[in-house]
Amino acid sequence: MLEIKNLHARVAETGTEILRGIDLKVEAGEVAAIMGPNGSGKSTLSYILAGREDYEVTEGDILFNGESILEMDPAERAASGVFLAFQYPLEIPGVATMTFLKTAVNAQRKARGEAELTTPDFMRRVKTSAADLKIDMDMLKRPLNVGFSGGEKKRAEILQMALLQPTLCVMDETDSGLDIDALKIVSDGVNALRGPERAFLVITHYQRLLDHIVPDTVHVLYKGRIIRSGDKSLALTLENEGYAQIIGEAA
Amino acid sequence: MTVHQLRPRTAAESALIALAPSAPVAVHAQAALDALHREGLPNRRVEAWHYTDLRQLIARATSGAVEAGQADDVLAPLLAGSLVVELGAGTAPSGADRDGLSLAHTGDSADWRTSPNHLDRPVDTVRLLNAAFGATAVRVSVEAGTELPPIELRAQGTAAGAHGFAICDVAAGAKAVIVERLSANAGGAPFSTGVSNLDIGDGAEVLWIVDQTKSAGDTHLGQLNVRIGADARFKLFVLNAGGALVRYEVHSETVGEGADIAIRGVNLLRDKQHVDVTTTLVHSVAHTTATEVFRNVVTGGTGVFQGMIKVAPGAQKTDAKMACNSLLLSDEGEFLAKPELEIFADDVQCGHGATAGEINEDHLFYLMSRGIPETSARALLVKAFVAEVVEELEHDAAVEALEARIDAWLELSA
Repeated sequence: MLEIKNLHARVAETGTEILRGIDLKVEAGEVAAIMGPNGSGKSTLSYILAGREDYEVTEGDILFNGESILEMDPAERAASGVFLAFQYPLEIPGVATMTFLKTAVNAQRKARGEAELTTPDFMRRVKTSAADLKIDMDMLKRPLNVGFSGGEKKRAEILQMALLQPTLCVMDETDSGLDIDALKIVSDGVNALRGPERAFLVITHYQRLLDHIVPDTVHVLYKGRIIRSGDKSLALTLENEGYAQIIGEAA
Repeated sequence: MTVHQLRPRTAAESALIALAPSAPVAVHAQAALDALHREGLPNRRVEAWHYTDLRQLIARATSGAVEAGQADDVLAPLLAGSLVVELGAGTAPSGADRDGLSLAHTGDSADWRTSPNHLDRPVDTVRLLNAAFGATAVRVSVEAGTELPPIELRAQGTAAGAHGFAICDVAAGAKAVIVERLSANAGGAPFSTGVSNLDIGDGAEVLWIVDQTKSAGDTHLGQLNVRIGADARFKLFVLNAGGALVRYEVHSETVGEGADIAIRGVNLLRDKQHVDVTTTLVHSVAHTTATEVFRNVVTGGTGVFQGMIKVAPGAQKTDAKMACNSLLLSDEGEFLAKPELEIFADDVQCGHGATAGEINEDHLFYLMSRGIPETSARALLVKAFVAEVVEELEHDAAVEALEARIDAWLELSA
């Protein structure tokens, strides 16, 4: 489903190279975890997958379902099935959450040549997903993410994911800022979306999230390259030994 | 022989003066016309008009092609169920009399001999033009303690343009919503003026909405003078969504303790427009509050905001703040902000802030990452920028009607 080939990228403004040749394949139905110390390029990778313009790809390619997405803008990528759950979801005053959700859902449907959802149909979907994630409908009457707590923002991201039904979900440190209860709710929301047609790229610092969202593969990112890949036991090894050992072996 | 040296008139200035009715009906109007001949129009050396050089810019009023606007009588009011009051030049006011409301034509012209803005000339420019073009007052009185449906004020068009003068008295404890409708000048000259004097009695509440949707060739000069009594509330919303050359002045004075002012406004600017909002908030007594926020969307043209807060000696505990935020969507447009504070009391809180920026790229990325195409995402963010101040109106029908106006403008600009 996702194939990253020798991906090199730098910050457009400063020219600082962040990704230095990433190779990664994620199959449909797979949950791949990306772990790594601070500054290894984890968040950059997620932004580049979503199409953020602050970064320049200087070499390599990203294939999604066999086709390069490098020339697509973020909206086109989203309509083709890519979703990024932000580490820090943005607060946008003046944009009503429900208006935003409906605009996004229908824009994607339109881009895919599907009929737009009627308001009752849309509301039904929102209510169902919100209930699963223990999101109060009153919260959705507020402007987008404005005044939401850290946990509410993360739950709102998963709500968006549930409504948009992407096929590739990139989750950037979804566990940061969550207490244990919220972590459980968010993980349950993610697990409910797991399926044979959908792949996940779960970016995290800690093993903790992977107790709840159990990965099929674990990859260690360091200085813009993947230096080790393994199964879920690799995450446990990292938790016990830290990154130093693996980094030492790779050097 | 006088020492006073007459400046040579610009061609446009002469053309405008020639446009005024040569034999005005009202006595005051003749005096105003004489003064207009004598004084001419202010240029950039008059501080109050520094950013809006009327002598130069007035060419827009006399050269602008008259566009076929919709005649007022077929326009639906901004707020459904409004009582429409016509401000005619010399005609009896129409609009049904009803309990709690009385309408009368007084024949008075706006008093142009003094100016509420000390930065203007010894004569008040907007009032002078209003009087010289023959506007005479319609008095709208709302009785104490009453609450009426919204009132919509409209100036009737004549060959010399539309010129209205309204004197509105909202007596103690009454609640009123008044819409000043400034629609496209239809038929006559593309030039209009409007003066309103609003007196808000103790404990009364007035929401005043300026709905300005003039045509691309129209010039409008407007002025609202407000006196606010004790514990009275004055809410003002100004929407500028049209016109070639527009100036709207607000001059308020708090005359009773506990008076509260909330001014919100949205200026939408396109190429070739010049839109000026000038406000002078005078706090004359202690314990009064004011907030003022303008949001400007600039795709071209020139916008001006001059905001003055004056605190009189003894007006302690005044709390007054103003902000002017502009979203610049093109390199072609500009917005000039001149906030001023003049404080003669020592225990007050006053502040001002002016910002100018572009669309937040992080916000744009977030919306697009959810599949919203760039043009729609930008439109959503522009709308959000102005919706914040519209929603503070706390009047559902007004919020809906004004958002519809703004949507229509944004769609034309997309």
